Amino acid sequence: MAYSSEQLAIFDSIIARYPRKRSAIMPLLHFVQSISGYVTSEGIEAIAAKLELSTAEVTAVSTFYTQYKPGPVGEYHVGICTNTLCAVMGGDAIYEAITEHLGISNDETTSDGKVSLERIECNAACDYAPVVMVNWEFYDNQTIQSVKDLVDGARAGNPPAPTRGPNSLRTWKENSAVLAGLTDGLASEGPSAGAASLLGLNLSKEGK
Amino acid sequence: MSKLAPVLSAHWDEADSFTLAGYKRHGGYNAAMKALAMAPDEVIALVKDSGLRGRGGAGFPTGTKWSFIPQGDNKEHYLVVNADESEPGTCKDMPLLMANPHSLIEGMIIASYAIRASYAFIYIRGEVVHVVRRVQQAIADAYQAGLLGTNIGGKGFDLELVLHIGAGAYICGEETALLDSLEGFRGQPRLRPPFPAIAGLYARPTVVNNVESIASVPAIIEYGNEWFQSMGTEKSKGFTLYSLSGHVTNPGQIEAPLGITLRELLELSGGIRAGHTLKFWTPGGSSTPLFTAEHLDVPLDYEGVSAAGSMLGTKALQIFDETTCVVRAVLRWTEFYKHESCGKCTPCREGTWWLVQMMRDLEAGKGTPADLDKLIDITNNIAGRSFCALADGAASPIISSIKYFRAEYEAHLTHGGCPFDPIASTLFATAGRA
Repeated sequence: MAYSSEQLAIFDSIIARYPRKRSAIMPLLHFVQSISGYVTSEGIEAIAAKLELSTAEVTAVSTFYTQYKPGPVGEYHVGICTNTLCAVMGGDAIYEAITEHLGISNDETTSDGKVSLERIECNAACDYAPVVMVNWEFYDNQTIQSVKDLVDGARAGNPPAPTRGPNSLRTWKENSAVLAGLTDGLASEGPSAGAASLLGLNLSKEGK
Repeated sequence: MSKLAPVLSAHWDEADSFTLAGYKRHGGYNAAMKALAMAPDEVIALVKDSGLRGRGGAGFPTGTKWSFIPQGDNKEHYLVVNADESEPGTCKDMPLLMANPHSLIEGMIIASYAIRASYAFIYIRGEVVHVVRRVQQAIADAYQAGLLGTNIGGKGFDLELVLHIGAGAYICGEETALLDSLEGFRGQPRLRPPFPAIAGLYARPTVVNNVESIASVPAIIEYGNEWFQSMGTEKSKGFTLYSLSGHVTNPGQIEAPLGITLRELLELSGGIRAGHTLKFWTPGGSSTPLFTAEHLDVPLDYEGVSAAGSMLGTKALQIFDETTCVVRAVLRWTEFYKHESCGKCTPCREGTWWLVQMMRDLEAGKGTPADLDKLIDITNNIAGRSFCALADGAASPIISSIKYFRAEYEAHLTHGGCPFDPIASTLFATAGRA
């Protein structure tokens, strides 16, 4: 698949953000994922050509970072936190139940291409444990049942909205574009803060 | 009088706290204008005198770091903000950026002006799309309002601010790995010296600061050092975000003066979850040695935690009650360090792999008590033998858990496996199995 002139212009606009062009390699990889869903060889070649690098140099960077996927993932990529705190609080039980429910395990995708699964590391939301991320949006305070409903909804095309995020869940490719630094205009949706983030502020207002 | 001190979090309960209008309503960007009217060296001196220390883990004095940037060297200088928050348990910078991104941007204007940088970067982790959106929007709005770009606030200062989005690598929270990553390479730590202040981004003088450190600067400029120093302890001045998580009645963010204790935080917030008792906790993320109930009264400041044998770190207070198996907890952290080792240094790359093998065997009840000493020996041969502190972080939970809970490791061996029911530690346990 050749990139359109419009897409190549976005390559250039991403490169123009930086004082030195090699710095654009990471957003360009996110941009490639927003088009193809994963890092394709065409994407590697296009980035290498734009940055005057070898494809080996680009591949070396791509394979270092876990968010760059070597093959297709689901339209809804579900990450279940199984780092210690979330695991103990229920993440392990959720992971076990969901693999059974979907019939897939870590780094696999359902046959309809809708949902893929990943055991993820700490996602900086420990006060909302157990945490699940879908397309890197927060789903806080999850239970086995809520995640079953989440993945069933995703497979049926109507996933519930993130807890602290936009009013509706965007696809993997759409969110990859945001990670490439392109805006989707959804910043003002969702709350300023979740309940746990306000714990200290509320205690202080109670005079504590 | 309240024991708490919401400053950065003071307006997070307002529906538009993340917008420029919401930020300006409470005096936002006044501090930047005030700083731009001062001489850059005066700004550095003020922040130095404030006693502000890094909130990202190491606790290095922020103003001193700024003063290390050579001036009059005819080189570009860079400010890089570390928003790669990934240390297990750490969850303060993401809610801060979601609810109040302008405090960081304002702090970056002040810091960049002080160190004479005209280009600044935020390196944010990639697994938080909505936080990315909020920061993107805040930057765009600041440009629109003339608070970024050329001739900021009509004061003749120019600053370009670029948001750089990571892609899932814990190691990029280490400042030199972060710089390599930002330059477009695999994120692997550099040998120091030279330190970033001399040869950082693109081999130019660079300050790398944590989000919370920089976001704390506008309040210091606005309200002054007397106010800032009225909070905290002798060598740990000011307010900070404590992140309470785990087996507590009410987890969440609590902004308080440095030096508050876990006992006080628990008393204020509702304590350990009903019917349970505190078993072990981390004062500042998984890389800081574990504490137990005997440490409830340790002042949570840089010196207090350090004197008690751990580190203040990121103030990520992960609380575990008596239902939690410490061996299982430590094994999972060990697997994390193995997964996130960048592979550059042999002791870390190979060592964390072997630590996982040994921890798995111990958790499964295989082996002998002598294996515990071997585990400690291997851990001691990994810590301090690599370019960065990741391996030291891997060592902390192992060494400290054996120190406090050796009998629990041995119980796995006599029991032939884990004696705990993992379901008892979940949040669903009280409600019956979901």
